[in-house]
Amino acid sequence: MSLYARLAKRFKRPALYSVAGARAWFCAVSLAYFLRRLATLVPLVLVISFLAFCLVRVAPGGPFDKERAPATPDIERNLKAKYHLDEPLWKQYLRFIGIGFEKRNDEWRAFKGGLVRGDFGPSLKYRNHSVNDIIAQGLPVSLSLGILSFCFALGFGIPLGVWTAVRRGRWQDHVGSFFSILAVCIPAFVLGPVLIVLLGIKLPVFPVGLWGGPWHVILPAIALGTYFAGKVSRLTREGMSQALHSDFITTARAKGVSERSIILRHALREGLLPVVTYSGPLLADLLVGSFVVENLFQIPGIGVFLVSSSINRDYTMVVGLVILYSVMLLVLNLVVDVVYGLLDKRVKYG
Amino acid sequence: MVEARHQSGQALENGESPNRRAWLRFRDNRPAMMASLFLLVLIALALAWPLISSQSDVHSEAQFAAPSGGHWFGTDVHGRDLFGRVLAGTRISLMVGLVGALVSLVIGVSWGATAGFLGGRWDNLLMRTVDVLYSLPSIIFVIVIITTLEGVLQRWLQVTFGGDGGETARMLLLYAGLGAVSWLTMARIVRGQVLALRERQFVEAARSLGLGTRAILWRHILPNVFGVVIVYLTLTLPAVVLYESFLSYLGLGIQPPRASLGSLIAEGAAQINPIRVYWWMIAFPAGCLAALLMALNFLGDGLRDVFDPKADKDC
Repeated sequence: MSLYARLAKRFKRPALYSVAGARAWFCAVSLAYFLRRLATLVPLVLVISFLAFCLVRVAPGGPFDKERAPATPDIERNLKAKYHLDEPLWKQYLRFIGIGFEKRNDEWRAFKGGLVRGDFGPSLKYRNHSVNDIIAQGLPVSLSLGILSFCFALGFGIPLGVWTAVRRGRWQDHVGSFFSILAVCIPAFVLGPVLIVLLGIKLPVFPVGLWGGPWHVILPAIALGTYFAGKVSRLTREGMSQALHSDFITTARAKGVSERSIILRHALREGLLPVVTYSGPLLADLLVGSFVVENLFQIPGIGVFLVSSSINRDYTMVVGLVILYSVMLLVLNLVVDVVYGLLDKRVKYG
Repeated sequence: MVEARHQSGQALENGESPNRRAWLRFRDNRPAMMASLFLLVLIALALAWPLISSQSDVHSEAQFAAPSGGHWFGTDVHGRDLFGRVLAGTRISLMVGLVGALVSLVIGVSWGATAGFLGGRWDNLLMRTVDVLYSLPSIIFVIVIITTLEGVLQRWLQVTFGGDGGETARMLLLYAGLGAVSWLTMARIVRGQVLALRERQFVEAARSLGLGTRAILWRHILPNVFGVVIVYLTLTLPAVVLYESFLSYLGLGIQPPRASLGSLIAEGAAQINPIRVYWWMIAFPAGCLAALLMALNFLGDGLRDVFDPKADKDC
């Protein structure tokens, strides 16, 4: 039985006859869908964590290869024992998840910490910090950069897309479309150095790097957001031109709705659907771009850690970051799906 | 666009072949024609440059020389001619992009065609997998896989074939990784096409004549998907080139002394300092990458207008 039918059975159908009832019904369906999808994420995250966990340990070399003092076998053995790297793989994984028992002081006790308790464990490279510490320090920085770039992309992309769609076929369309395709061809690692040289060094308007006041955010956000602004604008243009050609717009025109209202209230709602669909992959690409931008502008986010820790074989760090990124993206994609359903009432959740 | 439709209408009346009609429509798309011309010139130059020039990798004494008659794009940190380096980078970027796109083509087409043709439970399973993969940060996995499996693969290559194997291992992982992140859209599109084609009468006719599943798939369905596949292959190409330059920029792609456009930009960005600006070391590789991506995008859009009539939003 489909979810829809099951809910319909539990709900009193006459509720649908009033507007408020229909709204409540709709919210219930969306919420149930959201919760059910959320539940399917748990096994997925377990699979991902297992794969990442095995993958980093398969690689040759270990986290203690690049010690400053040449490690004697004794030291290395002790280090490995301290971080439980001498245990069999399955036991390490269970310890990482945090489910299981061990003998401590001749007594069987449950594992301390672990993923189920929200603990990613200690970093093997930055010994005085846990992975949680590093994430707690870097994530706010990365998130604010990401959110600002996202706003930049939407703030420039959507108006440009609407404008080119409305002026379709005229010179405004050609100029606007050219700029949006140009933006798609300039990734962050091209725009970033150019911006640094032009606006940081030749014309010292903005700081060339680091993180601090609001001035530090502008160049990285532009470097990261431009590519997505172009992409969003192309999608908006496509969606809007399609929407402007559909029947309900003709009807609205025939009823004498003003052009402004047609574009902003009727067509935009339909025309933005491709953008909403794209926001999921966009967020993923934003993360990827943030690696480069954080590297380029020396921003203390978490993007820089993924590459370095995976080269340094910082096992716990890599696994922690992979899980963090996967969970963030999976949840955000879920939110995008629900938003899509809220915007487009024709979607039925199966 | 109006002329294009007019022309194709005329072609239809004259009873011309679909390929000729497609060519006529493509010819009228000016950006796409200019893009393909540019690409042809760039590829020819990139391929022929090592034969024409003798100075491409010579270490001259002129370190960080500004662009001049001798070195059109200036020289880099080791005094190498940047023009030759950019062309070499273009060659490698294009090659990696092409192989990566082909890998994605093979995975995407077989995945999508299987899902679309088998239908039912298999379709559900395969396409749900695609949905899940869509929402995962696949490039992160590529980064982790490249950094971890490189050593394993290198050791295996050394044992099996002898030699160092480091570069081969890196390239193989790069191809596989880039192909593996970019096949999802292809699979979805091929599946949609196959689903539509499966119900067509010529497939039914073939089946009633006693043709097996595999023969129908190979001889009747896949050739019909070809046009759309070519379009999305062209659109995947810039994406793969972009990913490759991104990985090379992070130092996970092409290793020096070989160059790709991404690693050249990284070299340029590493030389940024407030005292002297070597602008040519960023401007030329970056401009070349942007122009290359732009040409590929225009070409892909043009091909989509021609081969994929449903994507034509003008009607």
